[in-house]
Amino acid sequence: MKRPVVKTADKRNWEKKYCSPDLRNADFSSISGRPLEPLYTREDLSGFDVDTELGYPGEYPYTRGIHPSMYRGKLWTMRQFAGMGTPQQSNERYKFLLAKGQTGLSVAFDNPTLYGWDSDHALSAGEVGKTGVAVDSTADMERLFREIPLDQVSTSMTINAPAAWIFAMFLANAEKQNVSFDMLRGTLQNDILKEYIAQKEWIFPPEPHLRLITDLMAFCADHVPQWNTISISGYHIREAGSTAAQELAFTLADGFAYVEHALRAGLEIDDFAPRLSFFFNSHLDFFEEIAKLRAARRIWARHMKEKYKAKDPRSWLCRFHVQTAGCSLTAQQPKINIIRTALEALAGVLGGCQSLHTNSMDEALALPSEKAVEIALRTQQVIAFESGAANVIDPLGGSYFIEKLTCELEEEAERYFQKIDELGGVVKAIEQGFFQREITRAAYEYQMALSRKRKILVGVNEFINEDEHLEIPILEIDESVERDQIRRLQELRQKRDNQAVRSRLDALKKAAAGTENLIPRLLDCARVYATLGEISAALINVFGEYQEQPFY
Amino acid sequence: MSVEPMKVIIAKPGLDGHDRGAKVVARALVEAGMEVVYLGLRQTPESIVNAALEEDADVIGLSILSGAHMTHFRRVKELMDKNGLGDRLLTGGGIIPTKDQEKLKELGIEKVFGPGDDIQAIVDYIRTWHRSRST
Repeated sequence: MKRPVVKTADKRNWEKKYCSPDLRNADFSSISGRPLEPLYTREDLSGFDVDTELGYPGEYPYTRGIHPSMYRGKLWTMRQFAGMGTPQQSNERYKFLLAKGQTGLSVAFDNPTLYGWDSDHALSAGEVGKTGVAVDSTADMERLFREIPLDQVSTSMTINAPAAWIFAMFLANAEKQNVSFDMLRGTLQNDILKEYIAQKEWIFPPEPHLRLITDLMAFCADHVPQWNTISISGYHIREAGSTAAQELAFTLADGFAYVEHALRAGLEIDDFAPRLSFFFNSHLDFFEEIAKLRAARRIWARHMKEKYKAKDPRSWLCRFHVQTAGCSLTAQQPKINIIRTALEALAGVLGGCQSLHTNSMDEALALPSEKAVEIALRTQQVIAFESGAANVIDPLGGSYFIEKLTCELEEEAERYFQKIDELGGVVKAIEQGFFQREITRAAYEYQMALSRKRKILVGVNEFINEDEHLEIPILEIDESVERDQIRRLQELRQKRDNQAVRSRLDALKKAAAGTENLIPRLLDCARVYATLGEISAALINVFGEYQEQPFY
Repeated sequence: MSVEPMKVIIAKPGLDGHDRGAKVVARALVEAGMEVVYLGLRQTPESIVNAALEEDADVIGLSILSGAHMTHFRRVKELMDKNGLGDRLLTGGGIIPTKDQEKLKELGIEKVFGPGDDIQAIVDYIRTWHRSRST
């Protein structure tokens, strides 16, 4: 078919017309403050090599996705982060979510558990079960996963400082369920570097934590081969206020630091790297997020192949979970959060995530109510089955804007890597407060932009409903949760074999003072119902406690 | 009337590690000309009030997003009253439901801030309190 000849558009003509009328008095930069062109054209991609930089899905450098078939082969796992009150209450919520169609579990723990303390620790008062489920021992793991087949459902656990002994309790429970370790699928967050940077849940100084992480990697390589030993996270860095580029750069820098630590510990790269995984935020600025996720895959693949010389292609894959941005959601007009979450979830899907959590509308107010979390899950199902977003792989690939943005984010990340190297690496940079100050500066600038209305937040600094009152149900954690949890804990300490507990904790301490892999020792402790706090205390005895120098 | 800059303690009691708000508020107060003593995380009511005594602080600002606000605010107020700091300002922010804000008012904590509040409103609140105190 002969097409009519069309005169080639002239960019300069357009530019003249674009500039002459008045533009809206608005800030057209991204939510991260990135200046954006009004239009992207092929000139923006001059020098871009489609073959080496874009490629194909499932092919190095994986810009378009980590699998050849992506969502046509398998949809992302719908994995809602959940946990509240007692293990029994959380078990009921997990069953509810599985019945509503989620395809993977994700455990949220309470603050005392996250810090490795028992529910009756002096500083746990008022905190038990409030931000997630309280787990004090393997007995709580048994309650948490009652009637949930661990050989059929994958489980992610958001736990960092005491990750290794929480995992030991999970394994001890699997034994009681007669599920062999090689059947277990899931992820441990287990990413201590970002704790010092953003989430702030540490126990020891960095070196002992890093040792526990490499111990776990080595143990799982031999005994729990389907387990993702670490979820190297940017989510929390972004929630703390960073820009998209900082989230990308700091996360991958942490990843490289773990790789280097494991190599120094004598592990072979292709033995542990295939089980490294990642966790990114999906924030409101739609296109920036998609580009960020694509850049992450390309950067990780390049460094793993070229710099670290991994041979197994599985070592090159940046597999990641995405959570929509909690910090973007508002306490005002909370039902509007459903829309924000939907857009963010769509960005995560168009960015090629392997699993996804969507926040509930009551995110800024409380733990999710049943109704709110159901809507959040349904959001994913609409995207998967109705929107068409899952029908074509990397549908935005080839867009001038998206490819340019992907390249820009990659370049910015590389500049950050250089800066971190100059500071002496991630741990040294943490000690100097580098990440913390960058993040707080970005958070402050965004807050001032909101205050000056250069950035708009609907319902908060614009389109406000005066005399607003709360219309949605709010989940409350009853004070009896703490009392009941403490009572059961004290009963456990009476009923168990305390001599066995004491001798296994002693063996753990001895091993900690040496260099042997600690996971088998932790498993021994978990099997006899040593509590979380008792194990932490034993290890603090050897490793000491970290004191943060607060930077802002 | 004192011409010294106001001194504000910013602290996070208990186990909540979400310090974005506390740090942003700290920066804003510094920009507004106040002196900020940023104690950071994992503070106890005791450590916070001790710092306020040592620093002779005008204001204590607590940041709590974990749901443990009643426990911590109550205890800090108690210790402030016991130690001669009853006339200083106790305020703060985090995730504090409206009905709990009412309960805090009954304890003498007039105002706390939450998600969506303008940073300038926090600065103004502290300044206004200080002005009314000096007259």
